[in-house]
Amino acid sequence: MQGNFIDNLPKIYGMYTGGFICFILLMAVCEQMGMTADTIGILFVSFTIVIYAGIGWLSRTMEVGAYYVAGREVPPVFNGMATAADWMSGASFVALAGGIYFGGHGYLAFVVGWTGGYVLVNSLMAPYLRKFGCFTVPDFIGTRYGGNLARFCAVVVLVVASFTYVTAQINATGTIAARALQIPFEVGVWFGLLGILLCSMLGGMRAVTWTQVAQYIVLIIAYLLPVIWMSNKQKFGLVPHFSYGDAVHKIAGLEKTLGVGAKAASKVAGQKVLTTLHNAPADGGMGAWKFVTLAFCMMAGTASLPHILMRYFTTPSVRDARKSVAWSLFFIFLLYFTAPALATLTKLQLLDPSLATAIIGKSIADVNALTWVQKWHAVGMLSVADGNGDGILQINEFFMRPDIVVLATPEIAGLPYVISGLVAAGGMAAAMSTADGLLLAIANALSHDLYYSIIDPTADTKKRLVVARVLLVFIGAAGAFVASMKLTGILGAVAWAFCFAMSGLFVPLVMGVWWKRANRAGAIASMVLGFAAGSAYLYHVRFAGGDPILGLDHLRFGVVGIIVSFVAMIVVSLATEEPSAEIQKMVDDTRNPSGASILSDAH
Amino acid sequence: MSQATPESLKRHWERTRNLTIFVLCLWFIFSFVVHWSAASLNSMTFLGFPLGYYFAVQGSLAIFVILIFFQNWKQDQIDDEAGVGE
Repeated sequence: MQGNFIDNLPKIYGMYTGGFICFILLMAVCEQMGMTADTIGILFVSFTIVIYAGIGWLSRTMEVGAYYVAGREVPPVFNGMATAADWMSGASFVALAGGIYFGGHGYLAFVVGWTGGYVLVNSLMAPYLRKFGCFTVPDFIGTRYGGNLARFCAVVVLVVASFTYVTAQINATGTIAARALQIPFEVGVWFGLLGILLCSMLGGMRAVTWTQVAQYIVLIIAYLLPVIWMSNKQKFGLVPHFSYGDAVHKIAGLEKTLGVGAKAASKVAGQKVLTTLHNAPADGGMGAWKFVTLAFCMMAGTASLPHILMRYFTTPSVRDARKSVAWSLFFIFLLYFTAPALATLTKLQLLDPSLATAIIGKSIADVNALTWVQKWHAVGMLSVADGNGDGILQINEFFMRPDIVVLATPEIAGLPYVISGLVAAGGMAAAMSTADGLLLAIANALSHDLYYSIIDPTADTKKRLVVARVLLVFIGAAGAFVASMKLTGILGAVAWAFCFAMSGLFVPLVMGVWWKRANRAGAIASMVLGFAAGSAYLYHVRFAGGDPILGLDHLRFGVVGIIVSFVAMIVVSLATEEPSAEIQKMVDDTRNPSGASILSDAH
Repeated sequence: MSQATPESLKRHWERTRNLTIFVLCLWFIFSFVVHWSAASLNSMTFLGFPLGYYFAVQGSLAIFVILIFFQNWKQDQIDDEAGVGE
């Protein structure tokens, strides 16, 4: 192939996509020839991981710029894909549609929040941080406000927020690996970690960038294909997104006849019956308040999570950083506007008596004879209980774990097993790519900000990169260790990571660019008090049994944190001396997209 | 392209700030206002969807995507006119 790697990117990833589609077709042929479902699952997951590891190996580097910011040469469209994979976690891929299925309108706050946050990233953060030329997020805070204490506070918030998030991702890779490869969960977690480290350890940001692009391609095909297939089986047209409005109306009618909202016939741990209406928003009042506060937390969290922000440090220019935010949201949008379609169509499959796949209203014996019901029942993810003893399955007698909706949909709709294998590979890609981004964010902050900037500024390049890699392995191992303890109550709360990040980082990052008067004392107060207030409030509502104030529960504690953080920034900055002329000049330069970056690439 | 002067830079930042405020106002409407009144919007139908529901599953999302592309297009103009485009 002629020319350098960057010029050939469209060709390389075009060939990769073609190869992956050929692999899917090959698996479909194998299935027809009698290959077992288990073998197909194993092949899908292991084949994709080998590819990612190969990319990771090819991208190995010993240069600081390549390791921390991928050499700042990632074109906007590709950075958009990488960010989309970085962003869409195992939770988005596996649990979002299930959440909408069970949570109804209230859950859609996540969908709105996880997309709207990018408007904040583009308006307030990405172009300015790129102009700054930092390697990590604490790098900006440490330089803009000056002093090791400010830098250190930013590192602490970053580590807490990202670590909360990464254990959930390693947990997800473990779950999928365990199911697809037929190994125990505890082994699956370590296996997942190995895959994650293979992608990131040798090449840092550069390797993670190119594996994330590959992972995005796998995960988006795996998400869209089953939905489009199912839609065509149900006569909702080639692209269901614009035509499932009828299904929403139909479900509203069925909910009345089937009695959705009736209390569960019995209790099954971890499994739920459908009790929330598909589309019943609250008009004003507490319900609407809960929707907008949750959406706000997810948005402000998006704009402060370092593993997302640092992706925009890798573009060649400020303009490209903005462009790649736009592409990121476009690629994310493709999945997020599909998830509600998936939830709606799956629900219709199960409820609508005119469809062959419906189970509600059928006899219990018939339902228990279905292969997919037996299979998921055997692993404790689904169950049927005839509460009123009439032999007919009622809506409140069908129990399911919310996170299996996406994984079970192909089987519910009667699609071939190759689709289930593909979905498993997609879920693995989603969880691995996010885990990689998070681990790198933590390890880079510790190696660049804590070790190099604070502890040993004289360390040479080789030593810095060795430290960065050792930290990566240690943090990954710590994450896998915590994940293997199965503290699901804690790990499930991905929302906590967003609230931690917005409590501590949102205000100092935004004000660093948008308010010249913001100074060191204000930034430190803002990070310390915001983070402490958010954490204390979380403890109050979640562990101390306190009542939520204004409906702000443990998913929304970031609202408390960000308000305290904002007030602290304003009050303390105004009460202390204004920043030096030098710092104010730095802010002016940050706002000007042209010219050299504030920090040189050799810093 | 004209050379950037302190005055043109000041003007550039003012225009950038105004664009940002405009974008954030639209963001606020489609993030919070429409969802606050989702139940009343549901009495209307759009493409066969109840309108309030439509905004939450597609409308707001699509508007965010368009909004960012629009903002970048305007910002590029502002940068170029101030002589600070790259």
